[in-house]
Amino acid sequence: MFGLNAKDTRFLLIVVFLTLATPILLQPFPESSSLAQFNAGYPDLMQKFAIFGIFAIGFNILFGLTGYLSFGHAAFLGVGSYTVVWMYKLLSYNILPGLVLSIIISALFALVIGFISLRRSGIYFSILTLAFAQMSYNLAYSVLTPITNGETGLQVYTNDPQVLMGANSPTSPHLFGLVMRESVQVDMGGWLFTFNIGYYFCAIIAILAFYISLRIFRSPFGMMLRAIKTNQTRMNYTGLNSRPYTLAAFVISGMYAGLAGGLLAAMDPLAGAERMQWTASGEVVLMTILGGAGTLMGPVLGAGFIKYCENIFSKINDGILHSWFAFLPDGIENFLVTLVHPFVGKGWHLTLGILFMLVVIFLPGGLVEGFQRISRLFRSKRVKDGPRRKDPEHHPKSAPHVAE
Amino acid sequence: MEAIILQILNGLDKGSAYALIALGLTLIFGTLGVVNFAHGALFMIGAFCAVVMQRLLGLSYEQVDPTKTDFLGNPLKVQVPYVESWFGPEIGGAIVDWSVPLAIVLAIPVMVILGFVMERGLIKHFYKRPHADQILVTFGLAIVLQEVIKYFFGANPIQSGAPAALSGSFDFGAMLGFDPNVVIYPFWRLVYFLFSLVIIAGVFAFLQFTTFGMVVRAGMADRETVGLLGIDIDRRFTIMFGLAAAVAGLAGVMYTPILAPNYHMGMDFLVLSFVVVVVGGMGSLPGAVAAGFLLGILQSFASMNEVKSIIPGIDQVIIYLVAIVILLTRPRGLMGRKGVMED
Repeated sequence: MFGLNAKDTRFLLIVVFLTLATPILLQPFPESSSLAQFNAGYPDLMQKFAIFGIFAIGFNILFGLTGYLSFGHAAFLGVGSYTVVWMYKLLSYNILPGLVLSIIISALFALVIGFISLRRSGIYFSILTLAFAQMSYNLAYSVLTPITNGETGLQVYTNDPQVLMGANSPTSPHLFGLVMRESVQVDMGGWLFTFNIGYYFCAIIAILAFYISLRIFRSPFGMMLRAIKTNQTRMNYTGLNSRPYTLAAFVISGMYAGLAGGLLAAMDPLAGAERMQWTASGEVVLMTILGGAGTLMGPVLGAGFIKYCENIFSKINDGILHSWFAFLPDGIENFLVTLVHPFVGKGWHLTLGILFMLVVIFLPGGLVEGFQRISRLFRSKRVKDGPRRKDPEHHPKSAPHVAE
Repeated sequence: MEAIILQILNGLDKGSAYALIALGLTLIFGTLGVVNFAHGALFMIGAFCAVVMQRLLGLSYEQVDPTKTDFLGNPLKVQVPYVESWFGPEIGGAIVDWSVPLAIVLAIPVMVILGFVMERGLIKHFYKRPHADQILVTFGLAIVLQEVIKYFFGANPIQSGAPAALSGSFDFGAMLGFDPNVVIYPFWRLVYFLFSLVIIAGVFAFLQFTTFGMVVRAGMADRETVGLLGIDIDRRFTIMFGLAAAVAGLAGVMYTPILAPNYHMGMDFLVLSFVVVVVGGMGSLPGAVAAGFLLGILQSFASMNEVKSIIPGIDQVIIYLVAIVILLTRPRGLMGRKGVMED
């Protein structure tokens, strides 16, 4: 189905199911329980999962397949956001024109930056992309203020033209009347599920993005990109010019980033220069590596993991910690709280840094490799168990060498 | 003419910091072949060594001063630093005042030990891994170091001043025979520039004129052969890592009066230092130093109002622009060697 073999179709269907059921799956604890703070089923966070999932999927097409480590992808994210907000300002709050344009404009940006940066490889490529992204960031903050509105960030004002704005069209981002921030809440015996229109819009686009990346991974083009990662010199010796392929990969991943940036602005009609800063580029690198670069599911997992931790870990404060360890004697309780304190709340970046280091050191393949290792552990046990049970019949004990 | 000299002078202190960090980066890359993204964090930790020193010297106890009274008429309680009570108010006060330069004494052992621990504990295991892995693990380490500092010292910048004797400005133009009051330059920036020159000269002399340095240079050129000669090159490279960490730390210590240390200053400097290293040429020590000063001075020229009025925003992007142009025209940077990082 969809031009995929049976295994990939099953994989895609699982992904579709998981994505669509996210509002239910991420809400495993009843609203009144003390564990409710671990629920992630609220619209803001779910939208971020989908959007940064798209961002990371796109980044993975470049980094995972070709091995070119770009430290400047946030620039495209910012460009996408600015485009969408400008479309709000000029036309109306309908998100469709903005999103289409954000893909086109970020593709053009990526074409220019990629054309120049891809002349070098390795660390030089990383530095070049970093330089371009930092340049865009600095310019957005200073000289381009008429376009980007500088430090304040770009937003829609009441005196903007908005030529397509009808008398009764919604005053927040919408898709032909479907307002993004609206959601339906269903209360099912203590469990509160929120089905948000914005999330489902992002989710459908994310599924599409995932499907396209799946097709790229399985295509001859994807094979070519992997060959470039394995040994570019040899590719060149066989008479193949690899630059068009890497450039295509760069532009595609730039388009993904632009789309993600556009969606960010589609959910919340703001755009700021800090989205282009190199820390944002670093974040998508973290996501991709943490999840598993070069795998299909890895970047999405990594993006979800980081965004989840960012939102959930950072909410845990001393009060919550005290309530967790309340069953222990006071001395031990206080000791544990002071022990855990640096790693949660404001210090969750520390946890992220340590986790990231551990993953790079011990699991170069990321979370996906971790899962694979665990499943292999179980599977190999089963395989070992199989023959051993038959052992006594087919392999009788070997006779002792020496007579007893 | 005065304006040009003023801009060159303004560029020197930033250029010195870039040059020192880039020197350490290149030293590590040249010896161990590791791209160290945590080097900015080392610079930052050096700066916080100065903060720690300032706090240590400022440790004080409360003493009742019978000669003075507070506004209620009770005898005034004054905080007396321990150093002042040990060495007397004059010498003690001077010691507190000179806390930033004195922090060098603290920073050198701290940074060298930190460098050793980093190299032996973490980076050693990454020699055989791809450069991308090295970048990523040191990037993670940089985040961790940064967050640890943030945990202990908070997120706000901590001011620590230069010694009173060196905190003013002086009329540099008048000394050179220009009109007075045109080229005014803060003392400390000149001190920082001279200090960085001393450090750079020291590192080069160490590599050039000692047997240890000779072996290290040989190891940079051909590690295997040096190893085959029965020399424990790994141990020497570890020491070089400690040295590079110390250079970054010292650059940070002395920079505190110019920029109040905060926990993310390392990252800000790291990005630029990396650009500097690449412009200078990966693996070339003179290239790193030259590019550091060059980019520092260029940046200060670009922030002149005359230049900004012709090309708006040039001050924000000049470094990156230069880096892009140089990388595209001279792929190995200004003084890069052949065959370094060309995979």
